[in-house]
Amino acid sequence: MNEMVHSPSALSESASGAKPSRNVASLLWFVVPLLALCLAAAWLIASDWLKAFDTGSPPVERVTFERMILDGDGIHVKLRVGGSEPITIAQVQVDEAYWSFAQNPPGPLNHLSSAWLNIPYPWVLGEKHEIKVVTKTGTTFKKDIDVAVATPRPRLNQLGPQAFLGIFVGIVPVVIGMLFYPAMRGMGRQGLSFALALTVGLLVFLFADSLKEAMELVIKAAPALQGIVMVVIVAATTFTLLFAVGRRHGSPTGLALATYIALGIGLHNFGEGLAIGGAFAAGVAGLGTFLVLGFTLHNVTEGIGIVAPLIDNRPSLSTFVGLALLAGAPAIFGIWLGGLSYEPHWSALALAIGAGAILQVIVEVGAFLIRNAARHGATWLTPSTLGGLVVGIGVMYTTAMLVKV
Amino acid sequence: MRNWILERLTRRGILSSGIVAAGSAVVGALTSQRQATAQDDGAHHGGGTTHASRSAHGNMITVGDVDNAKNGFDPTAMLTDWERGSVSRLSDGRALRTFQVLAQDKEIEVAPGIIFPAWTYNGRVPGPTLRATEGERLRIVFQNGGSHPHTMHFHGIHSARMDGIPGSGEVLPGGEFVYEFDALPFGCHLYHCHALPLKRHIHKGMYGAFIIDPDPARHPEHAAVAQSRLLGTAENKEWQEFVMVMNGFDTNFDNENETYAINTIAHHFAKHPISVDRNRPVRIYLVNILEFDLINSLHLHANFFDYYDHGTTLTPTLRTIDTVMQCQAQRGILEFSYRNHEPGLYMFHAHQSEFAELGWMGMFDVREVTT
Repeated sequence: MNEMVHSPSALSESASGAKPSRNVASLLWFVVPLLALCLAAAWLIASDWLKAFDTGSPPVERVTFERMILDGDGIHVKLRVGGSEPITIAQVQVDEAYWSFAQNPPGPLNHLSSAWLNIPYPWVLGEKHEIKVVTKTGTTFKKDIDVAVATPRPRLNQLGPQAFLGIFVGIVPVVIGMLFYPAMRGMGRQGLSFALALTVGLLVFLFADSLKEAMELVIKAAPALQGIVMVVIVAATTFTLLFAVGRRHGSPTGLALATYIALGIGLHNFGEGLAIGGAFAAGVAGLGTFLVLGFTLHNVTEGIGIVAPLIDNRPSLSTFVGLALLAGAPAIFGIWLGGLSYEPHWSALALAIGAGAILQVIVEVGAFLIRNAARHGATWLTPSTLGGLVVGIGVMYTTAMLVKV
Repeated sequence: MRNWILERLTRRGILSSGIVAAGSAVVGALTSQRQATAQDDGAHHGGGTTHASRSAHGNMITVGDVDNAKNGFDPTAMLTDWERGSVSRLSDGRALRTFQVLAQDKEIEVAPGIIFPAWTYNGRVPGPTLRATEGERLRIVFQNGGSHPHTMHFHGIHSARMDGIPGSGEVLPGGEFVYEFDALPFGCHLYHCHALPLKRHIHKGMYGAFIIDPDPARHPEHAAVAQSRLLGTAENKEWQEFVMVMNGFDTNFDNENETYAINTIAHHFAKHPISVDRNRPVRIYLVNILEFDLINSLHLHANFFDYYDHGTTLTPTLRTIDTVMQCQAQRGILEFSYRNHEPGLYMFHAHQSEFAELGWMGMFDVREVTT
């Protein structure tokens, strides 16, 4: 009881006399938990009581093949390892024969570290080879080179032709799609609904396609990168950021909406460019005329989608040019980078960002479509919107058949 | 546009897939493609190998060298390391030869840097080369210091009680069994663990050569040949005898071998050629105990040999051959000479190219020995 009587005075004393000390105290309460964590970790390491769980089993080992370069010196492989103990690469087999190799950097590899193996192997153009790495524990990790072709080196004289290819699969179709703009303006309200629904449809396809591609790629990446989780988190973060930025001044409409669509499509085309460049590099896909034409056809719908929100505006020619570049030009950069034999997680990252951006425009175009219908006192669920949706997805899916080898 | 793409395709040498109709035309135009060439830069991998023996294998070789001291055995020393046991006399005057063998779990390096959790006889793979003479009484005191039940199953003539199979001479960890039988028939034989599962016990390393030299007194018609086969005689000393056990290791336990060798260490004899005096004949006791693969073989370069299948005859079963095939547990004796050859490095290897390229490959360093 006595204490209860005294306590208010004690409180007021500390409140009046020691404001800085309270800051110190609150700071202290940031430090204490961290200190506790350090102590716990130190104790765990020092006492080593986890060895009670040691069953004598060999260490867990994981080797991921991230890059593969074939050139006049042979085969160069970039590995990334994961494991409970450092991993020692003991030997390398190529096509079931032990082959000499030089590891750079040499020595045992710690968890998540990477190294190049340079193998002076006389690979045969156009044929299949198999690389097998044998670790100290006798565990083997295998990587197939499906079709051996020399990895293109980044050469200045190739940047031009590659850019040309990027223009052809990225910018040209978007511009062709945009040429439908005058026709779309003449279609009236139902026509606008159709065009917007078509845009949503094509974006839904691109979203699913980006996610699928990203998932496929991350499976090949090192397990420690937690591939699928990384893709989902990156896509969700991108979506949230773009959504928040886009809604700063209310829901985007008109040119703003068109810009977001172009951005999302641009990111997707960047990923597509990486794939085309990668196909050049790996020689896994025969990049023929038909394939390039397929990409072009596939991307025409994108141009229609970008200009759909602009039907009520009268944008200048330079606006169209800007939008076309935003949506199409990333394909050029994608092809440039994709040809350099990059690690798969980088393309997965690009595609995941693209998926998030596309999801944002799906939401915004959908919202625009519904608002537009409501403004005219109608429901958005009309035959023309449903038709647009189905046509959008259908055209994208069908034309995609041309480019999936 | 179209022309440009086609031109690019041609210049870049992109392969046609089924989708490209014009693909076949593209493939022909690949001459500008730089072909990779093997660079002979093995020097920095080092490991006490002669330059000449290295150059014969180019880059198709394991990197580095095995720590034989740590393993506790050296494949080269094993070639001539005969385990003779100890000899006493039975009441009937016959020799009683006693061998001591201990089963042990042991991690061994089967190729440079590759550690294999082996089961061994006397801490080595292959186990000791037990060598006796025809007609002797043999006593093998077998102790199991390993973690699993083991046996010693001899390829020879003995009673069912001495067969070394589950239920008959199987030894639990910590236990002991004494196998006893007569050394018959003379020849080049082997022993191996016959505990179950058989495959696992064999490929983990439980096998060794078992040689019974013919007793010349029992073979008057071929006494000279028998005399030359009998270890310790002056006639036998004229020969350069080597025991080679063809084996392999499944290091990742997928029922396929990652390494192949004679006497365990992949590429050992490619890096450390076997010295041979060209003026003395060579006799090889060849045993195949390779698991998983159906057959194994030995091919001798630049020379031919006579072959005694199972070594149980004193006249060759195959004459003037340069390749011999053996199934698992098949064995035989090879006899040949480099007397008419110039000195140099003479290769020998399995003529299953895959086995050769995965370690079963060696060289004879044939020299003029002036003494």
